[in-house]
Amino acid sequence: MQEALRFLVPDAEPVDRTDFIERARRLRDAPEASSRRGLPLSIRSLHKSFGANQVLRGVDLQIPAGQFVAIVGRSGCGKSTLLRLIAGLETIDTGSIGFGEATRPADVRVMFQEPRLLPWANVIANVEVGLGARRREADARRRALDALAAVGLADRAADWPGNLSGGQKQRVALARALVSRPRVLALDEPLGALDALTRIEMQSLLEAAWRREGFTALLVTHDVAEAVALADRIVLLEDGAVALDLDVAPPRPRLRGSPEFGRLEETILDRLLGPRRRP
Amino acid sequence: MSLIESLPRIRRWRLPRPDGLVPWIVPLAIVLVWQAACVGGLVPARVLPAPTEVASAGWKLLLSGELLRNIWVSFWRAIVGFAIGGSIGFVFGLANGLSQLSNRLTDTTLQMVRNVPHLALIPLVILWFGIDESAKLFLVALGVFFPIYLNTLHGIRTVDPQLIEMGRIYGMSDGELFRRVIFPGALPSIFVGVRFALGIMWLTLIVAETIAASSGLGYMAMQAREFMQIDVVVLSILIYALLGKLADSTSRALERLTLSWHPAFQK
Repeated sequence: MQEALRFLVPDAEPVDRTDFIERARRLRDAPEASSRRGLPLSIRSLHKSFGANQVLRGVDLQIPAGQFVAIVGRSGCGKSTLLRLIAGLETIDTGSIGFGEATRPADVRVMFQEPRLLPWANVIANVEVGLGARRREADARRRALDALAAVGLADRAADWPGNLSGGQKQRVALARALVSRPRVLALDEPLGALDALTRIEMQSLLEAAWRREGFTALLVTHDVAEAVALADRIVLLEDGAVALDLDVAPPRPRLRGSPEFGRLEETILDRLLGPRRRP
Repeated sequence: MSLIESLPRIRRWRLPRPDGLVPWIVPLAIVLVWQAACVGGLVPARVLPAPTEVASAGWKLLLSGELLRNIWVSFWRAIVGFAIGGSIGFVFGLANGLSQLSNRLTDTTLQMVRNVPHLALIPLVILWFGIDESAKLFLVALGVFFPIYLNTLHGIRTVDPQLIEMGRIYGMSDGELFRRVIFPGALPSIFVGVRFALGIMWLTLIVAETIAASSGLGYMAMQAREFMQIDVVVLSILIYALLGKLADSTSRALERLTLSWHPAFQK
């Protein structure tokens, strides 16, 4: 019997502890990852006014799960208000916003034009804020580090936000938004304050995250080229209602300066500015 | 990685700075000039005793135990008064900064009381408390209350609303929002209040002790005046200066410790 055991033991696969933990983690994350698709949004005759000022006058929009939608329009057209309503930052007057199924609060995340990092918390702690109630779980630090690594800032984890550049701060904000693996990401001109080069960098970072995670993305922007570069679909808001709803066909990754690109940009700008007023 | 990141900060903090003595050059020069003026006969000893005489008076008082006892009594009064007035001011500042109702209820009253110079209450306080400990503590607490109240309130009011909105979106509870966003945001302003309050604390205490006390530094100075011991009077004044500096250094050290994130404290 003992001999038999001795014979058997060397054959048995030794349990590698690190591998075991890794596999357990994958198992735990797996069901989440498989259902990790964006949520569909259905917005029905949405109205919102601030005092006498009617900002949204009946917006209807059906967004399939996982779509990347850019919302463009002149300032004051209500695009930011629409985003704030979707994020639950304002109350709806009339109409409705449906997410297809029961949502957890962490399923909808917002990224603002300002990074809004806590200056008194270091970078990694700021990312952990994004985990919401789950930041007290044992592996919160690891998840935050993963998210930080995904935006290329793992080596700045211990720094204060005050020592980062504008683009780096916005990348930390992106990591914070993504760390809870949201199913809808609302972006309110998050790249508006960045310089042109950093903006292009951030655009590809954002696109990569969207392709990897498959969330539904709503990007409010005043930069038509940005909308054309990133979105599956461009919605133009005018006077608080949808004025134009365009599908963007070019395959990804998109090359800036292609003729198709230019035509699309032209169409939208024409509509935004009025054809006669363009030089 | 986090260790390496924080190394330069620790090293900068630990290194004995060779220029650390620079701030003391001017006080030292003043004392030297003062000594020279006294020895040279420029200043008569009845107007201003030489630093050496002040030092020897201090040594005598130290040996008799009187000096330490008086410093301790004053120090205790200052700390206890500061703790009482400071905590009440802090609590009111929090309440009025966080609750509109509380603010409407109490702010007007507090602003009216604030404009009464608290030292004007000394006659009344003597009538109420006699020259008991409670009289001094009451005055110090009252003096310390307002700078802490006003600056706590201001700090909480001026916390970036965008950060509060961010905290709410990320699901922070009220307690968490306070702990992680509102309080740290208000802290720089609270420290301004603390440093103001420390100055007022000494001022109030010394005035109160010179008028109504039977122990403490202020009492020691008043007694010395009665007996024309001008060296002891000057000694008391010098001790006030040193205690004031000590209080200021303590609050600065606390600031550096808690506000290391702030660009102004990273040098």
